[in-house]
Amino acid sequence: MPDTAMPILDVKGLKTVFRTRGGEVHAVNSVDFDLRPGELLGVVGESGSGKSVTMMSLLRLLPSPPAEMRDGTVMFDGQDLLKISPEELRKVRGSKIGFIFQDPMTSLNPVYTIGFQLAEPLRAHMGLSKAQARSRSIELLQLVGIPDAERRLKDYPHQFSGGMRQRVMIAIALACDPQVLIADEPTTALDVTIQAQIIELVKELRHKLGMAIIWITHDLGVIAGIADRVMVMYAGQVVEEGPVGEIFRDPQHPYTQALLKTVPAVRGPRAERLQVIEGQPPIMYEAPVACSFRNRCQFAFDRCSQANPALTGISAPGHRAACFLLDKASTPEPEAANG
Amino acid sequence: MLTFTFRRLLLAIPTLVLISLIIFLLLDLAPGDPLADQPLSIPPEVRQKMRDALGLDSPAYVRYLLWAKQFFWVEPLVFIDWVTGTSFSEGMQRIVSWQFRAPVFDIIIQRLPQTLWVVGLAYLVGVLIALPIGIISAYRQYSWFDQVGTFISMIGFSVPPFFSGVLMIVFFAIMLPWFPSIYDTTLVVDDFESFGQQIRQMTLPVMVLALQTTAQLSRFMRASMLDNLNHDYVRTARAKGMTEKVVLLVHVLRNSMIPVVTVIALGIPSIFGGAIITEQIFKVNGLGQLLITAIYANDLPMVQTLAFIFAVLIVLCNLIADVLYGLLDPRIRYD
Repeated sequence: MPDTAMPILDVKGLKTVFRTRGGEVHAVNSVDFDLRPGELLGVVGESGSGKSVTMMSLLRLLPSPPAEMRDGTVMFDGQDLLKISPEELRKVRGSKIGFIFQDPMTSLNPVYTIGFQLAEPLRAHMGLSKAQARSRSIELLQLVGIPDAERRLKDYPHQFSGGMRQRVMIAIALACDPQVLIADEPTTALDVTIQAQIIELVKELRHKLGMAIIWITHDLGVIAGIADRVMVMYAGQVVEEGPVGEIFRDPQHPYTQALLKTVPAVRGPRAERLQVIEGQPPIMYEAPVACSFRNRCQFAFDRCSQANPALTGISAPGHRAACFLLDKASTPEPEAANG
Repeated sequence: MLTFTFRRLLLAIPTLVLISLIIFLLLDLAPGDPLADQPLSIPPEVRQKMRDALGLDSPAYVRYLLWAKQFFWVEPLVFIDWVTGTSFSEGMQRIVSWQFRAPVFDIIIQRLPQTLWVVGLAYLVGVLIALPIGIISAYRQYSWFDQVGTFISMIGFSVPPFFSGVLMIVFFAIMLPWFPSIYDTTLVVDDFESFGQQIRQMTLPVMVLALQTTAQLSRFMRASMLDNLNHDYVRTARAKGMTEKVVLLVHVLRNSMIPVVTVIALGIPSIFGGAIITEQIFKVNGLGQLLITAIYANDLPMVQTLAFIFAVLIVLCNLIADVLYGLLDPRIRYD
């Protein structure tokens, strides 16, 4: 992907806060990223790192209250998705931006047929007649590899297996030829062989339809296989981003490095115990003023608790990370690190 | 679904036979003498003749089978005769009320309209008010609308009709003489004016009863909607760009109606049971009042027949609830 292409989705300074009884929880803290046409952006991080919340904030899909998009802009198609009216937002949802959710078992309405749920966006956004919507639905089901599509339109979600339901979800998300597809852990709830099928399907559809994809996952293996660019999130912030090859070859942020060490190697000798990242991501009761990873970081030093590092560029183009270790001037001597 | 319905109807037969037997045995075991009301001056031999005429001294199984024959054979024939003008039932003994000395079913037919008008309409009004209240309360949870709805439901739940009924009479029949406090059964509706009068006399009892239904059902509807609003499919519908109206009234409502429909269907038999207390307060001589007076008067055929009709209705409404459940929820399969 050439760096010069205009991004189709440009997110700046996004802040999402949940107002709960125990106080405010800062789930997304000044996230900046962009997405270029045709690109597949992988978003990784532990559970609770704000990946899903960030993506749902883009389309204002979080229930409000308690969620509140406090700041930031989401530029898409010349408009700010956080500012436009609900009617205008509806024209974007499901039409220009498609969404696939994590759990296909619960994401479809159990009391309506697949045909009905598939035809809904077609009729609402593309103004198709019943017959047109039906033939387009059949096409879509064939596209996502559901056999006997015409007959299956009459079936209900419970008559489909998990993998087939996720295919239906993909068909719904792709119904109106979106420019962007956001896939929120689409394979987490599926077993491994089905996962592989779904990933293959998305890869194939991406080449066929040429849309940009945001793929949220905590499976680094999946990311390595399909992403062009990777964004690593921690505590509601982007801690590192860059081209997929760079991230895997030369991870800069200690969190990314630690994440990569948690993946077991399939080939080669079983050298050592698999590493874990001790502890859990923090619950952010206030906006971060220091590095959120410092308590779990083996390289943490004084400065980490004094300020919050910003994303800074590294030699490789497009590769950025938010860590004081990259700032050579402030890095302590190796023996000072409390390994 | 049809086979299921048919099978359930067949299964209902032994159930109902057993219920009728239990009702009969319970009434038979209960203390009390149907002739206790008669003057003490009646000589014992005359009293004995009366007992013989009513068949009181024959064995229990004879009395039960006689009642069963009259209920399941004679009364349907009478009904067929009444509809088609034939005379199959000529000379057959019908179930006769000891109290009224008239066929039990004739009296029930006389009382049914009042009960249907007042209690049935109250139920319908209650349901029609409760559903929208429940939907809006859930969608705008903790809004002022929801708070007011919660408050009114609490009142409807906690204030019994013998209190709210009297309160209504004090306010709307005495302090503000808008509505009559007594239901006039003899009123014949044949023109616009008498229709208006009928509406006015129904208003107070309908309001009292509808308040109860609304309170219970709107809470139920609200809870069911709230439960469904948090489901993932709601988010999917929004992500597809559906309007809030479609999300709420197409996606969430149908799922939320599944448990509510069962509750509504199971409440229908209580209409025919009449509202015993409310009917007493407003002097509506409906089925509830009929049952109470029959119990006081030891009118066993009447009590037995009414109790059994309620049992039939309960079994039928259970069946209806199950069928509706299957129609609303495709995951339920009955074959």
